[in-house]
Amino acid sequence: MVQSQVKVFDVERIREQFPILSREVYPGTRLVYLDSAATSQKPRSVIEALVDFYEHHNSNIHRGIHKLAEEATQAHEDARQRIAEFIGARTAREVVFTRNATESINLLANAWGRANLKPGDLVLLTEMEHHSNLVPWYMLAEEIGLHLEFVPVTDEGKLDLEAYRTLLEEGPRLVAFVHVSNMLGTINPAAQMTDLAHEAGALVLVDGAQSVPHLAVDVSELDVDFYAFSGHKMCGPTGIGVFYGRESLLEAMPPFMGGGDMIRRVRFDGFMPNDVPWKFEAGTPAIAQAIGLGAAVDFLNDVGIENVHAHEQVLTGYALDRLSEVPGVTIYGPELDARGGVVSFTMEGIHPHDVAQILDHDGIAVRAGHHCTMPLHERFQIPASVRASFYLYNTTEEIDQLVEGLHKVIEVFDI
Amino acid sequence: MEDLYREQIIDRYKNPRMRGSLDPHDFSYEDDNPLCGDRIRIDLRVDGEDRVTEAAFTGTGCAISIASADLLVESIVGKKLDEIRKLDKQDVLDMLGIEVGPIRLKCALLSLKVLKASVYGLDTIEDEITLE
Repeated sequence: MVQSQVKVFDVERIREQFPILSREVYPGTRLVYLDSAATSQKPRSVIEALVDFYEHHNSNIHRGIHKLAEEATQAHEDARQRIAEFIGARTAREVVFTRNATESINLLANAWGRANLKPGDLVLLTEMEHHSNLVPWYMLAEEIGLHLEFVPVTDEGKLDLEAYRTLLEEGPRLVAFVHVSNMLGTINPAAQMTDLAHEAGALVLVDGAQSVPHLAVDVSELDVDFYAFSGHKMCGPTGIGVFYGRESLLEAMPPFMGGGDMIRRVRFDGFMPNDVPWKFEAGTPAIAQAIGLGAAVDFLNDVGIENVHAHEQVLTGYALDRLSEVPGVTIYGPELDARGGVVSFTMEGIHPHDVAQILDHDGIAVRAGHHCTMPLHERFQIPASVRASFYLYNTTEEIDQLVEGLHKVIEVFDI
Repeated sequence: MEDLYREQIIDRYKNPRMRGSLDPHDFSYEDDNPLCGDRIRIDLRVDGEDRVTEAAFTGTGCAISIASADLLVESIVGKKLDEIRKLDKQDVLDMLGIEVGPIRLKCALLSLKVLKASVYGLDTIEDEITLE
C-alpha cells in the first residue's frame, strides 16, 4: 500500500520543539517572537546536535587518522550532502560552507569577480537588495572600476521587469538579486529573471537568505549560477552559511581565502588548490555548526517546507488584514500572492523605534530600523520601518497580540 | 515602558518648545544616527561674552531623541559656551528623568553630540561622548 506523503501541520506541536518559545521575557510576559527574518529560533533537535557533537565526536576534520576525526569528518560531509539535496544541487561538491550569506556574496565578488570582471563591466543589482548584496559590489567597483545599475522597485514593491529587460540590453556580466526581500517580503520571479539574464549572456547570483528557510528552493530547476544563504535564519546555528555554485564555474574560479584545508599541496615555490568545494574552505571550518545546519534541514524536511510556506501564507494574509485596520498604519510591499512572511509598516507620527520599544514591553519582538536596506527605505522616502516577520512556529494569536500592542502604542502617544 | 514614555517625553515629542531654526546664527551643526534615521540640527546665537542668547533645533527622530533635543536646547539658553562644553551624558539623562537602555542611549544623546560638535568643532567629539 502506498503511504500518504501528506504531513499534518500542527503549530502547537511545532512550538513545543522550540524551548525558547516557552520563556518569559518579563515576569508574567511570554515571548511573542516576530523577528525571524533577522534570525530564527532553534528547535531542540538542532541544539542537541551541537551538544552531541561536542560531547561525543569533537575533533578536527579531513586529515586526522583517528576514530573521532573520522566520525567528525563523516558527520560534516553528511550534513553537506543533505543540505545539497535540500536545495536541489546536483552534487554536494556544489555546496561551499561559509559563515553566512554575506560571506558567500563576498566570496563571489572576490574570487569570481576579481578574476573575471574588467573595468567598465556592468553588474546589475536591484533597488531592494540587502546591504550584503550591495556593499561587496561597491567595494569591488571602487577597486576595479565596475559599472553598477539597479533594477527599480515599483510603488507596490515589485521589481520593474520591463526596466529589467531594458537594463539587460546593456550587457551585464552578472545579475545579482534577492529571491525574497527582507523588507518588502516580495518573492521575486527568480526562474524568469534567471532565464532573461542568461539570454542576455549574464551569470546569475541569487541572495536566498529569506527564501531557503521559507520556500521550496531548487537551484538546478531555477538554473541559477550562484546562490547564497545563511543557516541561522532556517533553524540552524549562527556561523554557518552556504555558497552554492554551478560545479563547472566553481572549478574555474580561483580560491577565496588561503590557508589549511583549501590546498592539495604546498611547496616553497607555491601551492596547488584543493578540489571543490574544499578549495573555498580555508582553515578549520565551523564543524559543529555545519552539522547543526544538517539537523535543521532534517527538521524542515520532517515538517515539510511546503507546509512552512503554506502556514506563513495564512499568517501573512491574516497580518495584512489585521494591520490594515489599525489607524495610521502604512504597509509596504506587494499583495499576499507575491509575498513571503514579512510585513513592514510605519505608523503616522510615531517613530518605528518607539513602536518597537512599546511592543517589547509586552514581550513582542519586532524589528525597527532600516533592516540593512537603507537605499530601499530611501526609495520609499521613509527613514525606518517596523517589521514583523513570521516563521513556522508563529500563530494568528500572536498577530492579534501585535495588533493589540499597536493600539497601546497609539494610546501612549495619544494620536 | 510607562516610565520611558512618561508624559513629559510624549509632550516634548509632540509639542517641542524649541523647534525652529536661526538665521543668521553663530553656531550650527547637524548630524544623524544612520541606524535609526534620526537627524538633528542645532542653531545657536551667542553674545559678546560667549553666552547663548537664542537656541533652536530642527530634525526628525523618535520620541526619546526629540524630547532630549528639546530639553537640552532649552537648558542651554543663558549658559556660556564653557558651561555647555562641560555638559555630559548624565546631564541629558537627568533632564529626561528616565532610565535609558544601551540601545536607546544613542537616541537620547544624539542632540548632545550635535551640540558639542557645534561648540567644539567636529574632531574632538567622538572622544568626548563615549556611549558604552
